[in-house]
Amino acid sequence: MSAARAGLWLGLGFLYLPIVLLVAYAFSADRIPFQWGGFSLRWFVALAGDERLIEAALLSLRVAAGAATLAVLVGGLAGFALARFGPFRGRALFGALIGAPLVLPEVVTGLSLLLLFVALEGAIGWPAGRGALTVLLAHATLGAAYAAVVIQARLAEADRSLEEAAMDLGATPFVAFRTVTLPLMAPSLLAAWLLAFTLSLDDVVLASFVSGPAGTTLPMVLFSRLKLGLTPEVNALGAVIVAVAAVALGLAALLLARVDARRGGG
Amino acid sequence: MSLLRAEGVAKRFGATAALDGLDLEIAPGEFFALLGGSGSGKTTLLRLIAGFETPDAGRLLLEGRDLVPLPPHARPVAMMFQSYALFPHLSVFDNVAYGLRRAGVPREERRRRVAEALALVRLEGLERRRPHQLSGGQRQRVALARSLVVRPRLLLLDEPLAALDAGLREATGFELRALQRATGAGFVMVTHDQAEAMALADRIGVLERGRLVQVGPPAAVYERPATRFVAAFLGGANLLAGLVRADGGVDCAEAGCLLRPAAPVGRPAGAPVTLALRPERVRLRSGEAPADAVNAARGTVAEVAFRGELSTALVRLDGGATLRVSRPSAEGAPARGARVTLTWPAEALAVLAD
Repeated sequence: MSAARAGLWLGLGFLYLPIVLLVAYAFSADRIPFQWGGFSLRWFVALAGDERLIEAALLSLRVAAGAATLAVLVGGLAGFALARFGPFRGRALFGALIGAPLVLPEVVTGLSLLLLFVALEGAIGWPAGRGALTVLLAHATLGAAYAAVVIQARLAEADRSLEEAAMDLGATPFVAFRTVTLPLMAPSLLAAWLLAFTLSLDDVVLASFVSGPAGTTLPMVLFSRLKLGLTPEVNALGAVIVAVAAVALGLAALLLARVDARRGGG
Repeated sequence: MSLLRAEGVAKRFGATAALDGLDLEIAPGEFFALLGGSGSGKTTLLRLIAGFETPDAGRLLLEGRDLVPLPPHARPVAMMFQSYALFPHLSVFDNVAYGLRRAGVPREERRRRVAEALALVRLEGLERRRPHQLSGGQRQRVALARSLVVRPRLLLLDEPLAALDAGLREATGFELRALQRATGAGFVMVTHDQAEAMALADRIGVLERGRLVQVGPPAAVYERPATRFVAAFLGGANLLAGLVRADGGVDCAEAGCLLRPAAPVGRPAGAPVTLALRPERVRLRSGEAPADAVNAARGTVAEVAFRGELSTALVRLDGGATLRVSRPSAEGAPARGARVTLTWPAEALAVLAD
């Protein structure tokens, strides 16, 4: 085996061995998650009966979907402005502010959002208390930063003259956007949505700051259970998530590849 | 009435003037070529006419109507982009139909007109293809069809042949001419390729740093360049500097002979003047001319380059200047180092303004 091949396997092992072990121990009969006690599906059964965990997982999915959608809307507009509006006044500041959540430590973002929500509630009564909505807004803030970067990059490499050609052929700026720019942006919108969705799904820091009693997401539940001692039920949940993520990513990759093939890799 | 009229059009980008008070008139059904190097402002003029830029000063009139307040989508002009700008997510048919859809042309008529346009550029049968499945020449023709199908009064072409292989260029050029005649639309083409401009256009305009320095039929501009820039840009003319004599001749020390142009020099005796002389108008024979000859210089062949139908020789004149001489290769090229005499007819000497 050559050194390069050995390095490749080492790298793959480093990346995937933890996941493989996590999934493998989901099928272990033993109570201790790191001890093999024979093949069993008992933890999947236990997971199916764990309402608190399932509720948290469903809430996480809803929050992630909402946050991703909001992030693509806000981030998309910001990315469009950065890529298409030319050197407007304050562009550099705007770009820096859009990207700020990318470089700010999440505890800082989380704390400042918490202060903002508390102050807003005091001033205008909204958002009333903290819960799923505030988590969604916090995740959308973070996701929008990523979405703006992804969408701006895609627009920046797209040929500007396509929009001009559309207008030249009689399209108003809005129609040119709808019939030319938007279809060309679609893959980046999807990519940004998936990115924001994933960010929201596994975030625990922001959620811990801005969540309330009715807004316990899946990572928060897992985190709190870690303190009491985990059971392989968590491994079972992990196995389900890995399976769902693998299928979803596979579908997304397939979709993107088909869209790109139709456009000749553009 | 002229089709397009530009009056004192100026456009600046920051500190640089892309167009500097440009006047231009284009007749209906005319094929006009704007010729200039990079940064001469030629693409800026196209973008001003199409509406993607707004002039800082001046007026643009299309059939007497002011274009400047109209947004791009309301102007009866179409533009063919240098990159072709075909919509990658649409088929050939939908690309060509795009303008008709925007104009609300009913479905049946739309189909008929797209088919007509595709037939005009000989692309029948490729309706369902996407742009990336086409060759460069086919893309160019889709772009042409897409622009022509909306029946513009004026078609703007930005370097229409630049992206094509050398072999395709001539054939496509002839097709472009034929299309222009068939549609009767005015064509304004922008190019940096002088051969392309002269081959296609009814008139050419040479742009230098945002100003039109000369406008006219290709042969006239080529034979009688007005300035050094035009003389050098079109076909690389030889420039000879000299002093005007009282009898209308020009003493040219660097050629080592007296130059006598057919047209009057129009300058007082003693004034400096520059004359342009086309390489292919110079005749070359071996042997020595008399020392006091007119329009005849002696020199030594420094280099000879074979270029297919023509051969170009660089001849170092006894006066110090080096002349480019192009002769049909069939005449037989002179040997390097040979002593030769160069002669030219009086009407081949063009007096330059600068």
